[in-house]
Amino acid sequence: MKRRIFTTFAASLGLAAGLMGSTAMADDPVRIALVVKALGIGFFEAANEGAQEAAAELGNVEVIYTGPTDTTAEGQIEVINSLIAQRVDAIAVSANDTDALVPALRRAMDRGITVISWDSGVAPEGRQMHLNPSSNELIGGMIIRLAADHMPDGGKVALLSATTTSTNQNIWIEEMMKVMDQYPDIEVVSTVYGDDLADKSYREATGLMQTHPDLDAIIAPTSVGIVAAARAVEDAGKVGQVNVTGLGLPSEMAGAIESGASKSFAIWNPIDLGYSAAYLAYSLATGTAEAGPGAEIPMGRMGTLTLDENSEGAMADPFIYDASNIEEFKDIF
Amino acid sequence: MTQIRTIPDRLQSPWARRLKSWESLLLVVAVTIFFLNSMASPWFLDPWNLSDATFNFTEKAMIAFAMALLIISGEIDLSVAPIIALASTAMGFAVQLGFGTPALVLVGLGVGLLCGAFNGVLVTRFGLPSIVVTIGTMSLFRGISYIVLGDQAFRGYPVDFAFFGQGYVWWVITFELTLFAVLAVVFGIVLHKTNFGRAVYAIGNNPVGAAFSGIRVARVKFILFLLTGLMSGVAAICLTSRLGSTRPSIAMGWELEIVTMVVLGGVSILGGAGTIPGVVLAAFIMGLVTFGLGLLNVPGIVMSIVIGALLISVIALPRLWERWRVR
Repeated sequence: MKRRIFTTFAASLGLAAGLMGSTAMADDPVRIALVVKALGIGFFEAANEGAQEAAAELGNVEVIYTGPTDTTAEGQIEVINSLIAQRVDAIAVSANDTDALVPALRRAMDRGITVISWDSGVAPEGRQMHLNPSSNELIGGMIIRLAADHMPDGGKVALLSATTTSTNQNIWIEEMMKVMDQYPDIEVVSTVYGDDLADKSYREATGLMQTHPDLDAIIAPTSVGIVAAARAVEDAGKVGQVNVTGLGLPSEMAGAIESGASKSFAIWNPIDLGYSAAYLAYSLATGTAEAGPGAEIPMGRMGTLTLDENSEGAMADPFIYDASNIEEFKDIF
Repeated sequence: MTQIRTIPDRLQSPWARRLKSWESLLLVVAVTIFFLNSMASPWFLDPWNLSDATFNFTEKAMIAFAMALLIISGEIDLSVAPIIALASTAMGFAVQLGFGTPALVLVGLGVGLLCGAFNGVLVTRFGLPSIVVTIGTMSLFRGISYIVLGDQAFRGYPVDFAFFGQGYVWWVITFELTLFAVLAVVFGIVLHKTNFGRAVYAIGNNPVGAAFSGIRVARVKFILFLLTGLMSGVAAICLTSRLGSTRPSIAMGWELEIVTMVVLGGVSILGGAGTIPGVVLAAFIMGLVTFGLGLLNVPGIVMSIVIGALLISVIALPRLWERWRVR
């Protein structure tokens, strides 16, 4: 009987010992935790790659890449609690919930930890600053530039948007219209709405090509619309005549780039985003910069981030994907 | 030649029985994990950190107590996490209507009770299997939250409402930990010291026999569903208060973690056996393991694997040992 208890004890001891690794401690590196929505997502793995790049560049920085198994606020709070307990120097989080993380992150700040959000933001009271991948103004300027780059002699473009009430798309189109005077040879002939449904977007794109036979480009600032439009162009046999561009995901757009239906499109670059987030967290945690409205914070090769009145900043223009780099990114996100 | 045979009046001394019990195995595991955690991470043995760590299990454990009784009686409730979502949504709605903290607590408890009653009626009145009923209500309750909220969130909870999930009773002792302890004692007494508790065991072991012994089986089961709903309401109050906002995805996936906690605590999934001290220890073990691995920045998916491995080994090892010894 005694032996039995001893054996179960030894077995559980062995099990538990196997579970616990050992922690190695370096000479006080600056520890930055990159907390993502969930582990195992290509976009965030790429962001981690960027953060590691920033760490290597800065030297004596340890990036802790962590996050919950599924995209829940509760899971992120558990992760944040354990980071607070480890007294990391900074937490850079892409939040699953704007509000639910606030109490946990405030506690982190109370204990002297630098807190920033990136990609998906936290309410202002729960972070020192927020890094947006881009801004409405930059996106609006980018989507027309993408089309114009392949229309040296000008021509006709049409917009394929999501729904009439899609806030993001409406703002981006509005921003695009503001810069249209820079492109005097380009005419926006029509704006149609595919409701972010693949089949409706396809039909609307086909309709555009029928009503405007001399159309040169379709701009779709939505990841559903751009794929559907590219397929419509392929099916109509107008590859080379009509260029589809806008905002899309490399994994979904790889085929369209290959077929030539789309010459290029844009979306933020997760590697740059992770790099900038780590760089900003480092600058704030080491006290070389301070967050606040109007502050200018360096972020290495990505330049300088200027914060607005809500302590938010836009990293850069959306990153352009074309035949030269699609192979590299199509497996990432 | 006469042979003297002694027939013992009990097979084992009470002490031996206690030593060999499931609870002592769990205690050994818990102490071992505590010990290893404190060796593995320099930050583990800090009162404030340990206090933070208790949030990993207190809310789930509150439901696990009621769930333990339900499983001992031979039933199960898989809709507990969606009940949290629905209760939290109802509280969020009440906030928009301008209700204060006491009313919010009543709303949370009330919705929990109603959901529990709904499950209970379907199981006891219509004789449907509880696993089927609660898989159905699991989608139903969370579905209602999604219809009400969509991709929106309720926020703006009163400041004093934050006490339930963020408040401290004394030093590092949180309100949630206190409530957890009180509920552990209450459920322990109900299960182990009352007629009601004995009826729960009897039903789990043999519902027909229990009915013939004069136990009102349907009524006891209905009360257990009510209790599980009520505890889900309590957990909803704590969790909502801790998060300070409500989204329909709140407490996603908790039902399985709660069932894991109950089973790890030594409650037989077939009903009829299990103790509250076992569940308390299992709650501590799960909390300590996730927090300890969190301190070492072990990815969440590995943590799930570890919990799974822990569950299987703790359940399988004694049985394998038993089989080996008999041979």
